[in-house]
Amino acid sequence: MSTSVLPAAGAHEALETTAARESTRGLVEITKVRKSFGATEVLKGISLTVEPGGVAVIVGPSGSGKSTLLRTINHLEKVDAGFIAIDGTLVGYEVRGRKLHELREKEILRQRTEIGMVFQNFNLFPHLTALENVTEAPVVAPRAGKPRLSKAEALERGLELLDRVGLKDRAGAYPRQLSGGQQQRVAIARALALDPKILLFDEPTSALDPELVNEVLDVIRELANSGTTLIIVTHEMGFARDVADTVVFMDQGQIVEQDTPEKIFTNPQEDRTRSFFSKVIEPAFNI
Amino acid sequence: MSSTATPVAQSAPEPASPGAGTTPDTTPAGSSGPAVLEHDVPEPAAPTPADQPGTGSTARKAATDYADYRLVPARHPWRWVGTAVVAFGVAGIAWSLATNPRWEWGVVAQWFTAQSIVNGLLETLKLTAISGALGFILGFILALMRLSASPLLVSVSWTFSWIFRSTPLLVQMLLWYNLGYLYEKISLGLPFTDVRFFEAQTTTLISQFAAAVLGLTLNQAAYSAEIIRGGILSVDQGQLEAAAALGIPAWRRSTRIVLPQAMRAILPTAFNEVIGLVKGTSIVYVLAYSELFYTVQVIYNRTQQVLPLLLVATLWYIVITSVLSVFQYYIERHYSKGAVRTLPLTPLQKARKFLATHAPATRETTQERGTR
Repeated sequence: MSTSVLPAAGAHEALETTAARESTRGLVEITKVRKSFGATEVLKGISLTVEPGGVAVIVGPSGSGKSTLLRTINHLEKVDAGFIAIDGTLVGYEVRGRKLHELREKEILRQRTEIGMVFQNFNLFPHLTALENVTEAPVVAPRAGKPRLSKAEALERGLELLDRVGLKDRAGAYPRQLSGGQQQRVAIARALALDPKILLFDEPTSALDPELVNEVLDVIRELANSGTTLIIVTHEMGFARDVADTVVFMDQGQIVEQDTPEKIFTNPQEDRTRSFFSKVIEPAFNI
Repeated sequence: MSSTATPVAQSAPEPASPGAGTTPDTTPAGSSGPAVLEHDVPEPAAPTPADQPGTGSTARKAATDYADYRLVPARHPWRWVGTAVVAFGVAGIAWSLATNPRWEWGVVAQWFTAQSIVNGLLETLKLTAISGALGFILGFILALMRLSASPLLVSVSWTFSWIFRSTPLLVQMLLWYNLGYLYEKISLGLPFTDVRFFEAQTTTLISQFAAAVLGLTLNQAAYSAEIIRGGILSVDQGQLEAAAALGIPAWRRSTRIVLPQAMRAILPTAFNEVIGLVKGTSIVYVLAYSELFYTVQVIYNRTQQVLPLLLVATLWYIVITSVLSVFQYYIERHYSKGAVRTLPLTPLQKARKFLATHAPATRETTQERGTR
């Protein structure tokens, strides 16, 4: 077993090694997904595949359906048509013969424990300390193929994770007592506590002061090397270029273009993509 | 950025101390080329060499250095006037209460701790505790039903609240007590068959106590369901989403994540309800149930000392409410953790702080300013 990936190694090098090591963990297949809210169709037949251990960054103007797509992956939003599979297993449905049976609440919860999610507004539980936020789910959530953790195990793992995001000394603090960046790092630790195959980031830095953005991006950057599949919705283009192996550009409920960051940022094929990037990337971007 | 800017601002007014003060000032003046490359240094320091020969430096000293000044708190003279007026009114009322012989304080004192009154008081407390607890538990379940995805549960919960909020408590109470007139026997079995698991005479089953508890509980449940539902709705939807995304089961989501946060919105109104219930129990006098109010009535019908005995009951209700208010304060404080950065001080801590700050005022304020 080749073990730890050196932090100094480039993101893409690291991805290759981890992808080779764990090829069956965290394959996301989204096929012709449609979703409407009332009369507005926000997802108009989205198809997207993210390889195990891959890092897909979804960019696009607001209202393009990025967040909705992300939320369909862990079944927070039910899709109207199409399907989403993780490692070949449908999300939210069970195949029996030629029928798709809608899963019951408990089964959906079990599936969700394999998909961590980090929200724009952190959504930490304000009445629980940082550590309690992290240890809550592993003790009570029904987990797929894994036993629930005991209180003591969860505590140990919780401290380990808080240490990983650099907040071990703030374990006893309530979210209100933490800065936005620290809160988001706790939220990432909380999502990691279930040891998910896939991590979804819904604009993780949009609610942060500019000076706090990097401390969160650094944590995510490190996760990109860990072999977990990451799907990230963000407006941080520099970060996208840095960490993604696929950049997906969405507009008006459709995927306009997807490619490696080098290609899509320097030579976008579609006019819509080009005009979007010209607006969001300031000229002094190439550092 | 600010770390380079502040020493300049602080050192400028202190030309007397050469150690720290001189270094940032002299750097631009001495024009040691490469050191000035930082953006921040020239800007605040630039006016200094120009101002140095003139009167500017003394003006700047006066403008920035307040460290030795004494802090004078804002005065509120009208508060003192208002306090005097209120104090005068309170004194007047107290005087009249003490001197008017018709209040018959002697009679009040005589009955206040009489055995029958204490027994009535205990019955009142018992009714409040039992129907309050059962009412809120049932109310919580009704609230969850109302918020559930099942149309059946929603409509059952809605109908329950509708019926019990639309009928007078007095009528409900009499109805429960007279249930034996409507249904002679109560039995549990399979409907439309002769199979019976349990059967009893309604009149033996529904005593005065049972009717009182039943009436108060169901009524309380209907109201507390709405209070709890309101509290739950006040919790951010993102909390539920985060909990669902983490795979936390529904019951645990309600009890561990949502309810503790909802409590902040629920508690003030809930205590209102409980305090209302304490006095609301007096309505069971219609069932001739010997709680506090009924006991008092029985006594004054015999002794004709109506007002003093009502005063006895009133004083006890005030005592109960006061104790509940103290509980309310500390329970609300408990649930405010996480919602506020620092917990509000308890009255005891406030008193201590008041004494501490009002004795040696100057030292504390300068220290506080120093840390800023």
